[in-house]
Amino acid sequence: MSTIHIKGGRLIDPSQGIDATLDLWLREKQVLAVGRDGPDQVDEVIDATGLIVCPGLIDCHVHLREPGNEEDETIATGADAALAGGVTTVACMPNTIPPLDTPGGVEYIVLQAKRAKKCNVYPVGAVSKGRSGSELAELGRLVEAGAVAFTDDGAPVANPALMKRALQYASMFDKVIMQHCQVMELTEGGVMNGGFQSMRLGIPGMPPEAEDIMVARDIRLAEVTGGRLHIQHISTARAVECVREGKRRGVRVTAEACPHHFTLTDDRLASFDSHFKMNPPLRTQSDVEAVIEGLTDGTIEVLSTDHAPHAPEKKARELNLAPFGIIGLETLVPLTISYLIEPGHLDWPTAIRMLTIAPAQLLGLEHRKGSLRPGFDADVTLLDPAARWVIDPSRSRSKSRNTPFGGWEVTGRAHTVIVNGEVRFRSGELTTS
Amino acid sequence: MSTVPASAATWTRRHLLGLEDLSAEEIIAILDTAESFAEVSDRPRKKVPALQGKVVFNLFFENSTRTRTSFSLAAKRLSADVQDFSASTSSLSKGESFIDTARNIEAMGSDVMIVRHSISGAPHLLSKHVRSSVINAGDGAHEHPTQGLLDLLTIRRKKGRIEGLTVGLVGDIAHSRVARSNIWGLTKLGAKVILCGPPTLVPRGFEQLGCEVAYHLDEVLPRLDVINVLRIQAERQQRGLFPSVSEYFYFYGVTQERILRSRPDVLLIAPGPINRGVELTPEVADGPNSAILDQVTNGLAVRMAVLYLVSGRAALANQPD
Ligand SMILES: [Zn+2]
Repeated sequence: MSTIHIKGGRLIDPSQGIDATLDLWLREKQVLAVGRDGPDQVDEVIDATGLIVCPGLIDCHVHLREPGNEEDETIATGADAALAGGVTTVACMPNTIPPLDTPGGVEYIVLQAKRAKKCNVYPVGAVSKGRSGSELAELGRLVEAGAVAFTDDGAPVANPALMKRALQYASMFDKVIMQHCQVMELTEGGVMNGGFQSMRLGIPGMPPEAEDIMVARDIRLAEVTGGRLHIQHISTARAVECVREGKRRGVRVTAEACPHHFTLTDDRLASFDSHFKMNPPLRTQSDVEAVIEGLTDGTIEVLSTDHAPHAPEKKARELNLAPFGIIGLETLVPLTISYLIEPGHLDWPTAIRMLTIAPAQLLGLEHRKGSLRPGFDADVTLLDPAARWVIDPSRSRSKSRNTPFGGWEVTGRAHTVIVNGEVRFRSGELTTS
Repeated sequence: MSTVPASAATWTRRHLLGLEDLSAEEIIAILDTAESFAEVSDRPRKKVPALQGKVVFNLFFENSTRTRTSFSLAAKRLSADVQDFSASTSSLSKGESFIDTARNIEAMGSDVMIVRHSISGAPHLLSKHVRSSVINAGDGAHEHPTQGLLDLLTIRRKKGRIEGLTVGLVGDIAHSRVARSNIWGLTKLGAKVILCGPPTLVPRGFEQLGCEVAYHLDEVLPRLDVINVLRIQAERQQRGLFPSVSEYFYFYGVTQERILRSRPDVLLIAPGPINRGVELTPEVADGPNSAILDQVTNGLAVRMAVLYLVSGRAALANQPD
């Protein structure tokens, strides 16, 4: 029996309404106690003075590229990047090669994650067979194999009839359908946000209404089916407004926002640098403000990264030919602190909620994860909220380097990361073998 | 060349990537330098030693015989060695990256790379990876700075000025690099720009670049000092951006009738190659208001000026002894 005593930290656990200087004890793979008194017999004491102690962070939107594109990332390297970013649990997207549309594919992820023994990895299954958008995948068998949610991410479920059936069918397992909202006919050939900047630069645009329309459509489908809908990587002002209005009507809709969508705008594309090419694209200042407002008023309840690694040779191409996406696991915490907490948009407990219990609830993990209740999984993140540092892509633990945040001076980073009662990252170093 | 214009001494750039980046003074420096080079083309021996020993590469990842020929001839008149590289016959088709291709060419000793590419920003990407000077010879729908400059030179020579003129750009503005370079160049030099075409080709938002947007050519014609007729690609019609070529011609085709309803001294220009019968009629293209062939001549002078300036020779020529 190994027992860890984390003492003197500011313990924030929104699931229990805790924000106080309290100690935490972990025994084996579980949380033992939170408070001022615990067992005298401990194997390890971690001094958390000056640090924030919270449930292990959960990222519900990560691309690990295995199987199929191991040159970009593997489950092991992606999980390393997660640990370095303070993330103990990731949900990985099914747009692999082959896609995660069979029980065998889903089980492979679970198995590879166990072998890697880094962070927790939960597969998200495909909504449709082959992610082709025509026939439902075997959602029930995928649940049994370990899928925690469904999406065809990378592309939307375009057919409204299929989307409606997916919402209906998945409700049998109380699983959420995550949707990449984009009307493809409106974004064909698009590279960046469609608007003034794309017009100025002569770059094919992806107009905001391509997102707005599908968000509105799917909220209506969730409403009529009673299914659970999750809007992935929300990026437009109108989409945020649609979600707000859907919630007001009682629709079971949730939404996530990614750091790049609350920190960057489409004028960055004037550099023609493919590190600013992502999907959904960087939008305008008013969209950024709307995303932040949505986070502030609770319309958007989850922060995610859409960690999308691509090998350097793929990104070092002409803008139209480079793939969409950026890595994000290691910059999630500092960008959240620097751009949401420090400017006063979110307080610490709210931000921690969006990174812990809220994604746990989304993924149906709220009985084991996202909280420091006794008996829960011993996943704990210790953050140094004041550390000033400069983001250096060459030091990323990801196999890829595609971040637009290189050289940014930011505040806050992961200090110590505990997964299943084991210290897996400490003081900037991975401690797993 | 006999004299380097004094304005050229202010030129400090290594690349020419677009007109948006340039100040009015820099644009005028190029136009003045081009004026002094235009005289070279009138000589019996059309050659000056300005770029002797320099190697100029034409890197054309998109076909354009006319622009490539103009650049080649300009470089040769400056006594540079010129080498063509077109992507169709290259290793690019074998999967070599654009940047690797350019680096290989640089290893052969290039001083200037003239880059044409179907993707916006490709020359900008290249300029970050090579030591050579990069001249943008057209990138996607972004810019075509030497075309913009030769249009400016043609207008200035024919009208004696640019400031205060009203210039109409007619056609597919949304997808036109020529339009963008013209917009930047003309507005910086004090002209008024009116963009004219159907809303699918001239979307809302161009006003924010300081232009007026008009959908009915006949209404704006009488106000124009210059009509710049841009090309319509059949592909746009196939993608449903306008209903048919004949409908386009009905509303926007520059015909003799429309010329007669314009100012008597209206200047007609068009970047080649022109589609006779689609954007304008043959009688108009060859008529007295047309400066289409002057544009070709001026294009040579502009490209000589740009090559000369980016290779840093003007600064040397203007150094006091
Ligand atoms: Zn997506």
